[in-house]
Amino acid sequence: MNLKDKNCIVTGGSRGIGKSIALTFAKLGANVAITYSRSADAANEVADEIKKAGSKAMAIQADATDFSKAEEVIAKVVEEWGALDVLINNAGITKDNLILRMNEEQWDAVINTNLKSVFNYSKAAAKPMMRARGGSIVNIGSVVGISGNAGQSNYSASKAGLIGFTKSYAKELASRNIRANVVAPGYITTEMTQDLDEKVLESIREETPLGRAGNPEEVSNVVAFLASDLSSYITGEVIRVDGGMAM
Amino acid sequence: MSQDVEAKVKSIIVDKLGVDESEVVAEANFTNDLGADSLDTVELIMEFEKEFDLSIPDEDAENIATVGDAVKYIQEKS
Repeated sequence: MNLKDKNCIVTGGSRGIGKSIALTFAKLGANVAITYSRSADAANEVADEIKKAGSKAMAIQADATDFSKAEEVIAKVVEEWGALDVLINNAGITKDNLILRMNEEQWDAVINTNLKSVFNYSKAAAKPMMRARGGSIVNIGSVVGISGNAGQSNYSASKAGLIGFTKSYAKELASRNIRANVVAPGYITTEMTQDLDEKVLESIREETPLGRAGNPEEVSNVVAFLASDLSSYITGEVIRVDGGMAM
Repeated sequence: MSQDVEAKVKSIIVDKLGVDESEVVAEANFTNDLGADSLDTVELIMEFEKEFDLSIPDEDAENIATVGDAVKYIQEKS
């Protein structure tokens, strides 16, 4: 598998699964631009690692919810690197609460960051990809977007919405050879999941047939496959990377 | 100048939609008469933007449905 000379954008690429995607892509020969909201130091470190792997890198500060900023980010990459081949919509947050306790801010923040951002970046990417007659978009969903999860109504709604968006996008742009797919991770060891308490972790392990948490590379390998030409006949698909959890 | 715009617009349409030049008359509607699907019309607008160095906002693009609409819009803006 290789992504040689493919120009890629990974939103939320400074930490967690996004960072793993960026580094995996760089190892496979891709040029990678990452966006980040606050962690400038972490983002610059990722950019340095990408460069060490011999690829071009950019770290761009961008609030994923900002519609016009998304256009700027895509335009910058197209201008500097000549084309955009791959977009990974990875930026996401959680603000867990029971529905009865969830406030409007928690709902809006998660929907805006996890779902509206996908519209922002996918729309902006469509024109350059249409001009290039091809492209691959991979949106990072979640198993809870398929199965739901108590305490995560906002997060699971955003991730379920992302699946509907991806399938519509795949249908609208298939005639231009632009593919769009979802990778839906289960329980992956990242900063986002490290704060879960031991009781929750134990129950997650029990619900996972493979009996353990996944690591970020197990997700980014599948993302790389969907970004690459090896998956050229796959579009509108949702691939779970969850140790069998949602089966 | 206005004739230049018209000729260039027509040649872009012929090229993008693969239609005969004789069909590309002012009243011709991209979708109904020239067989463009919705993405083709988006691509036409993108091509006009590139060729005439214009930025056509989505709300304006929605009102450009015929060859004549496109010629008139571009003449006004360029």
